[in-house]
Amino acid sequence: MIKLATELAARYGSRGWHNQRPDLASVQIDLSRLHDALAWLKDNMGYTHLSFMTAIDNIERGVFTLTYTLRNHAWNDGKGHSLMIHADVDRSKPEVDSIHRLWGQAWTYQREMKEWYGIDFPGSPRVDEEFVLEGWEGPPMMRRDFDSLAYSDATYAERPGRVSHDPETYMKEKLYPEAEA
Amino acid sequence: MSEKELTQRKAWDKVLASLKKRSLWMLHYCTGCGAVELPPTMTSRFDMERFGIMPMVTPRQADILLITGYLSVKTLKRVIMIYEQMQGPKYVVGFGSCTINGGMYWNSYTTIKSLDRYLPVEQYIAGCMPRPEAIIAGFNSLMDKIGRGEANSWKDYYTNYDFYRENQHHVFGEMETHHDIKSDGAYYGILEARYE
Repeated sequence: MIKLATELAARYGSRGWHNQRPDLASVQIDLSRLHDALAWLKDNMGYTHLSFMTAIDNIERGVFTLTYTLRNHAWNDGKGHSLMIHADVDRSKPEVDSIHRLWGQAWTYQREMKEWYGIDFPGSPRVDEEFVLEGWEGPPMMRRDFDSLAYSDATYAERPGRVSHDPETYMKEKLYPEAEA
Repeated sequence: MSEKELTQRKAWDKVLASLKKRSLWMLHYCTGCGAVELPPTMTSRFDMERFGIMPMVTPRQADILLITGYLSVKTLKRVIMIYEQMQGPKYVVGFGSCTINGGMYWNSYTTIKSLDRYLPVEQYIAGCMPRPEAIIAGFNSLMDKIGRGEANSWKDYYTNYDFYRENQHHVFGEMETHHDIKSDGAYYGILEARYE
């Protein structure tokens, strides 16, 4: 693993290698070298299986962190090893190279991310089609600046009479109202 | 139905209603988690069949449409298409808090909060989730209403269609459901027949 970490750093400038478990590590790579690094890992290092692909909205840093989880099933006599690759993409211009030519199934994930986060993957098959939502007109709803409650209030009529209580004060009033504040 | 109409029901209507209430076929549209309370309700422990309620697999042969939980915009579309296929008299039963006021999905961006704005609900069963005892109590109260001839909110869908249609449009825009509601209403004698 140390050999792979140093080689990945030398070839593609990866940083922050972190062994989370003996069979799971994570590493950060620049977006511009991401596609090359994934192809190299797939073709040369045995990480042939794209098991997961998602995005995280790091709104504090102004980036989406794309996460690709690759798995090498042959590593360590078949015990296997997973590698999570993180790459930051600018939140104001979220556009990433499609990897559907490396892993055919990636287009599904990419279509999902286009709809939910608004991250574009030019050239990915059917990326502009609806994925889960039908007739959605609001902003991408998995972005953290999307206000779910405000959207819900504006779109779906509410039955009047719903109240909510602070659990601590409410239970105190119910169970031991005589206690001091 | 007005009080006068209720008191002046014909004898045959009363016989029909008491037969009708003992033979209810239920189509359960199982969204959300509420469906888990239905197997015990249907099977030997609580045994819904002793009240004459049996599950039915097709909307066209069903009397009750049971909505067991939250409805997202996508599922609401399907439910409306199912509902319009059902033959009258038909009864929508909203099951659980989700159908009443959104329940725990009150701030979700894709679930509706109040089912009776989109479909005429005959009976609500409150709870998160309602236990089989509550379901059976709810069905009993529905059967009483049918027996008294008061379970008529399904007619509201025909007389008040503009209200429901407007709310449906507000949520998911125009949709072709392949049903001519006005003709259906005329068939049931609720709306005046149109001759064109």
